Amino acid sequence: MFRFLLKGVLRDRSRSLFPVLVIVAGVMLTVFMYSWLSGVLNDMFDSNASLQTGHVKITTRAYAAQSVQRPNDLAIIGVDSLIAECEAKFSDMVWLPRIEFGGLIDIPDENMETRAQGPTFGIAAKILSKNSIEKDLLNLEQAIVSGRMLQQSGEILIADEFAKKLKVNLNETATLISSTMHGSTSLYNFTVVGTVHFGINAMDRGAIIADLADIQTALDMEDAASEVLGFFDDFHYKIKKSGLVSEQFNKLYSDPQEEFSPVMVALANQNGLADMLHMATAGISIIVGIFLFVMFVVLWNAGLMGSIRRYGEIGVRLAIGEDKGHLYRAMLMESLIIGVIGSLIGTAIGLTFSYIMQYKGIDMGSTMKNSTILMSNIYRARVTTTSYVIGFIPGILATFLGTAVSGIGIYKRQTSQLFKELEV
Amino acid sequence: MQDSQLIETQNLVKKFPMGRETLVALDNISLSFSKGEFSGIIGPSGSGKTTFLNIIGTLDVPSEGNVNVLGAQVENLSHKEAAQLRNRHIGFIFQTFNLLPVYTVFENVEFPLLLQGVPVDKRKQAVMDALDWVGLADRAKSRPNQLSGGESQRVAIARAIVKKPSLILADEPTANLDAENSHNVLQTMVQLNQELEATFIFSTHDEKVIQYLRRKISLIDGKVVKDEAMDLVAQPS
Repeated sequence: MFRFLLKGVLRDRSRSLFPVLVIVAGVMLTVFMYSWLSGVLNDMFDSNASLQTGHVKITTRAYAAQSVQRPNDLAIIGVDSLIAECEAKFSDMVWLPRIEFGGLIDIPDENMETRAQGPTFGIAAKILSKNSIEKDLLNLEQAIVSGRMLQQSGEILIADEFAKKLKVNLNETATLISSTMHGSTSLYNFTVVGTVHFGINAMDRGAIIADLADIQTALDMEDAASEVLGFFDDFHYKIKKSGLVSEQFNKLYSDPQEEFSPVMVALANQNGLADMLHMATAGISIIVGIFLFVMFVVLWNAGLMGSIRRYGEIGVRLAIGEDKGHLYRAMLMESLIIGVIGSLIGTAIGLTFSYIMQYKGIDMGSTMKNSTILMSNIYRARVTTTSYVIGFIPGILATFLGTAVSGIGIYKRQTSQLFKELEV
Repeated sequence: MQDSQLIETQNLVKKFPMGRETLVALDNISLSFSKGEFSGIIGPSGSGKTTFLNIIGTLDVPSEGNVNVLGAQVENLSHKEAAQLRNRHIGFIFQTFNLLPVYTVFENVEFPLLLQGVPVDKRKQAVMDALDWVGLADRAKSRPNQLSGGESQRVAIARAIVKKPSLILADEPTANLDAENSHNVLQTMVQLNQELEATFIFSTHDEKVIQYLRRKISLIDGKVVKDEAMDLVAQPS
């Protein structure tokens, strides 16, 4: 019977073409929009993890409470021993100390008078250490626009856009004016050895990158760091596991009564990412739901039209002795065949567009000039395993439901007039 | 009901509501049909021929009286039981052929056997046998739109006989055929009636059909006015 139905679907274009086109369009958009949202979300998570949050982040409780101000007077002290303990307890994770700092960058002229000055936001990481992975995490090699990577103490990289604004050249001195973790003023001279383009507006406007040891010296933060970032050793974020690690750590080390005790927060719970994740999940559900509903309504109507067009055929089949339940199930089977064909084609087209957008992306930098979100300017799609199957939910369900509702008419069809009806 | 009888109606009445009035389509009909009959219900339009065929074909139920078809009381059958009876034992031939347009001749004839779940080898053999009977084995792969009216009606006959039913009901089977095709189709039916011993019951007012019948039951206003057996020798060749 399946082959019989398949032949009917393939041969009768008016039975299958319109529903297949509807499903292809809906499934294609579902797959593409899902992949697109996944890509944007994934980029956002990756950017945040690499630059600011890690997969988990340890700070003091007081620092966490005021983290927007980057209060280094509340930084973790004894960071080396804390990292050693973390490495022992969570051996499948990599632990990296970071200092985030703010201040002014002053560019002096030949008389050591201020030539240019601007507010800066800096990240200090263990870049000069042997076997450092920070260069890769911060994507520095690829981000350098001019000059070179840090090679020795006393050097900084500066955002290219910021460097142009300050009109600072390579190998010129830049003075960081900030405050130490004990509250006194700090002045520290660096040599600008390279400019970088982060591709993130929030950072391109005024960020500098320095080695951790230099900033520890500049800000009087011996064996201290603003935060310790933890990454899973395969560098893939695992939302559930990060929650468990945080819970375990906080149970062992965190004391709610002690503001300098360390506290660990998972990536999803930082920078409002949990809300974004929920929004994205809701968004995906809404997209699938909308396409499901629209396709259902269209296919329901197509099913009704089809029933009218196939009125004679249905009548003959009832007269020949096909019972109504069998006929109804046959119609559902036909709809499943159409749903699967449409979903396969729609998924293939949707995936093609998604793969193209995964590699090419769209530069949305101009629309994000004032954004403070750590997010790549180039929005890319991301094809995941789910991208291959998500389109089948609305594709098959809509055809099935559409036919199920429109096919109810079969049960209302009276056989008593079949001879008369079939004379037409 | 005697063993040789396929159908027996006792005091069959069929009424249809027509607004406040009630139309009596069949009025107290008591008839019986035996195995191998080649009979026709004859009468003008509105005389109740098709209604009678509907009821003995288990497509409709009587308002009053009893109708026994192949041992089953029609008035007591559920939709599913009626469908099963039609599927296994009753073949239908319609005025307008009603072939399924997207399927080939072979597939159209195969359809009733698919519903019965007949295995593929037996199915194939039965379909080719049926097409052989109607002389269309060489058109098995054709589509209905590639056939003439006469060929289409012969395919419809093949579809009706492929399951070797005890009863074949034909409603005005020659109404859309010219004289030559009508005779060809009727000759085929006569031959099948003799070879398969299937009972044919026609509903018709077409003289071309009437001259082939061995029993003529005349209906007027839902009442049987004449029931006459014809001389076999009188059939046209």
